[in-house]
Amino acid sequence: MHDGGWVGRSVQRREGSDKVNGKLAYIDDLSLPGMLHGVTVRSPVARARIRGISFGPGVPWEEVVVVGPADLPGPNVVKLIDVDQPLLADGEVRHCDEPILLLAHADKAVAERARAAVVLDLEPLPAVFDLDAAIRGDVVVWGKDNLFREYRVAHGDVDAALSEPDVIVLEGTYETGAQEQMYIEPQGMIAEFDPEHGVTVRGSLQCPYYVHAALVALFELPPERIRVIQATTGGGFGGKEEYPSIIAAHAAVLARKAGRPVKMIYDRVEDVMATTKRHPSRTVVRTAVRPDGTLVALDLDFVIDGGAYLTLSPVVLSRGTIHAAGPYRWPHVRLRARAIATSHPPHGAFRGFGAPQSVFAIERHLDRVATRLGIDPAELRRRNLLRQGDRTAVGQLITEPVDLDLVLDRALAMSNWTETRARFEAENGAGGPLRRGLGLAFFYHGAGFTGAGEVHLASVAHTEITAEGRLRVLAASTEIGQGTNTIFAQIAADASGVAIEGVDVVQPDTEFVPNSGPTVASRTTMVVGRLVGEASRALRVRLVEAGLLDDRSDASDAFAAAARAYVARHGVLRTQASYRPPEGIAWDEKNFQGDAYAAYAWAAYVAEVTVDLRSAEVRVDDFVAVQEAGRIVNPTLAAGQIEGGVAQGIGWAIYERVVWKDGRVRNPQMTNYIIPTAVDTPRIRVEFVPPFAGDAAPCKGIGELPMDGPAPAILAAVGHATGTEPVAIPMLPEQLLTILEESRHGAR
Amino acid sequence: MAHAESVAPAPAHPEVAFVVNGAPAAVHAHPMSRLLDVLREDLHLFGTKEGCGEGECGACSVFVDGVLVNSCLVPVCQVAGARIETIEGMSAHPRLRVLQEAFVRDGGAQCGICTPGMLMAAAALVQVDTDADEATIRTALAGNLCRCTGYVRIVDAVVHALAELRAADAGGTP
Repeated sequence: MHDGGWVGRSVQRREGSDKVNGKLAYIDDLSLPGMLHGVTVRSPVARARIRGISFGPGVPWEEVVVVGPADLPGPNVVKLIDVDQPLLADGEVRHCDEPILLLAHADKAVAERARAAVVLDLEPLPAVFDLDAAIRGDVVVWGKDNLFREYRVAHGDVDAALSEPDVIVLEGTYETGAQEQMYIEPQGMIAEFDPEHGVTVRGSLQCPYYVHAALVALFELPPERIRVIQATTGGGFGGKEEYPSIIAAHAAVLARKAGRPVKMIYDRVEDVMATTKRHPSRTVVRTAVRPDGTLVALDLDFVIDGGAYLTLSPVVLSRGTIHAAGPYRWPHVRLRARAIATSHPPHGAFRGFGAPQSVFAIERHLDRVATRLGIDPAELRRRNLLRQGDRTAVGQLITEPVDLDLVLDRALAMSNWTETRARFEAENGAGGPLRRGLGLAFFYHGAGFTGAGEVHLASVAHTEITAEGRLRVLAASTEIGQGTNTIFAQIAADASGVAIEGVDVVQPDTEFVPNSGPTVASRTTMVVGRLVGEASRALRVRLVEAGLLDDRSDASDAFAAAARAYVARHGVLRTQASYRPPEGIAWDEKNFQGDAYAAYAWAAYVAEVTVDLRSAEVRVDDFVAVQEAGRIVNPTLAAGQIEGGVAQGIGWAIYERVVWKDGRVRNPQMTNYIIPTAVDTPRIRVEFVPPFAGDAAPCKGIGELPMDGPAPAILAAVGHATGTEPVAIPMLPEQLLTILEESRHGAR
Repeated sequence: MAHAESVAPAPAHPEVAFVVNGAPAAVHAHPMSRLLDVLREDLHLFGTKEGCGEGECGACSVFVDGVLVNSCLVPVCQVAGARIETIEGMSAHPRLRVLQEAFVRDGGAQCGICTPGMLMAAAALVQVDTDADEATIRTALAGNLCRCTGYVRIVDAVVHALAELRAADAGGTP
């Protein structure tokens, strides 16, 4: 018996028991009768004309299903923002490991042999990997100038402010590298094709309806003849947002030609080489600040490398731009942001989606400003934090009663900021090979799609009751490890009054689950969770109206009994809820002004590091993550999101380096692309401060938030430990060694 | 969906016999077949996962005669006559079930793909050192990669399971 109140409790993960017993079927655990194994022939070079394709000896080619561009049932495009990316390169390849040809065979080993036996006759064309060369147009690989998208934001008079007599002007350039999502389960799909029923794909994916839309466009079939089912998915982090559409399409066209189901599972190397990574970035920041630390003007130029096709770069750029000024008051702002085409494989969605890159730049820059002014870095931020009634750099009015001092104060208290910094400075001054430092980042992250994005998505969630008196939640939002199933069950139970054990969250399947939008942008709990709550409440109302349920009753079995009675009398009852924008929200996409996001989570992170001057190794000894994220539905799951994001941020900052050569990833293995292990990560101390809007506050997204803060905080700590100003990540020992050597030479 | 694989007719391979989770098993497989593939494709034990195929991520961890190994690196010919333990057999061991329950309670599993291997590594520790401190636990898990959790709740789960086992040992219960 319970009295509701599931929201706010650390309810155990619904599929937890199955996961610890190895019982769940991920895509590679599934097979269909007669299934073939599909493989992809890819370009070994970045840019070339395809002169010919031939099939070498030693392979029973008559048994191999071969699909090229001419075999596609519809347009050779990956349907996303633009239609510039082909499903299979036709005539020209534009990046390394671009798909050229698809093969399938019943025996995986034969399929692999066939892949190796395909001979590509490629005539190399000039490629461009360097951002400046691409911006200059030395080689034009996209459009007329390699410019995917440009945004500008301006208010005030930046030039005048920069030339005021009493301001300190500081300029800096900040760079971030590509980052591999490195979900532990590589990408994979199984497709079936039936001339009568159409296409069915199952796979590891975040966004069932993205895959659905891509297949509808490719097969030119009515939507109901394309069915996409999510298999249990072993992590995504953005990496299974856009490319599952390609893999599903590849498997499906092979299945169509073969007349048999086709499974395509990428191995680790193929996954790392061929699918997206976080956009590398370069940000030039120029600021004018008064001697007391008051921020006056920000002039910022943000550039990201989008790779060879447009994919999602415009929206990554948009989020990066909006977050670039940080949660600070800037009287004068000028932002210029560009996504540039190069010959790298397309960069794509990865937790944070552009924000970590620009947050890194502004936070590192503010640390350097603080050093110049002789002001404590925490104090500099405190003097400029947004308050209720202020506007962000894109003009969004902060209506929420934010108390960012509280967030900052908690982080400083938990890290014992002032005393620890003083102690480290004294100890470091005594010499010795081990130096310690403490660094801070303050940031915010907007949840949900940018601007009018949620309106365009028009998400829908359904709930229904069954003859057994159970409540079923139907939404396309996927469980990818973050806890969707559990969160939805908690929300549905509270809203309807059914016992949480009486809630089933249905596995996403486009045949009967409505489009609640993609599982991205920290929107699942905040946006879709709300819809699940509304639809569940509507069920309760209907049962009350039918005279079957006393609305004052909170007995857990009352709902189930009423539901059983309803279905017995009237048949199935289903309710739905559709997204409605919060009132007064307006976004001007053309001028990049207005209410960019419906909600922001706010955070202060502190990293404590030890630097070994002999080896230039950095160790993160302690990490404090304090945030305000509205109402927390499930504290254990929420903290798990923060901890996991922080670990990815640690990796991005000091371990994970994508090595490129001629546009190809040269370290596509877990042995040479290093993600943090249990000994590389500290105890991550997470705190959620009480919601600014009070106990009845709505939820805010938190999935991406923790990716923004760790890298700048860690580099600040390294700077504090070593008396240097590192400005680029990843900062592996090789890079830090150079910084330390330069600093020693400079000191002489 | 069936867990049945239609395997192309293979040339006759020698039989390899061993014990999996206490039950005898025999397969006809190429001697150099990876134990991982034999477990998954021949024995349909899909709880053992492949994350990298080169012994780095630990998702395919199993016990061979009580030794924790990466099954992607073990040719099946090496396990003839051996006792193999996989995740599917873990809950039959009361002390290891304590570990599994702690993972569920503490949030040690998120996406779950590393979880079977991670539990195997934790089990290896539980069986030899119930007094392990956090640093020892972290070292014991360092051969298993997780991209979701930041390891905090995995470590917590092991800490709590060890405490529970110590308490049980002190009290003389299982």
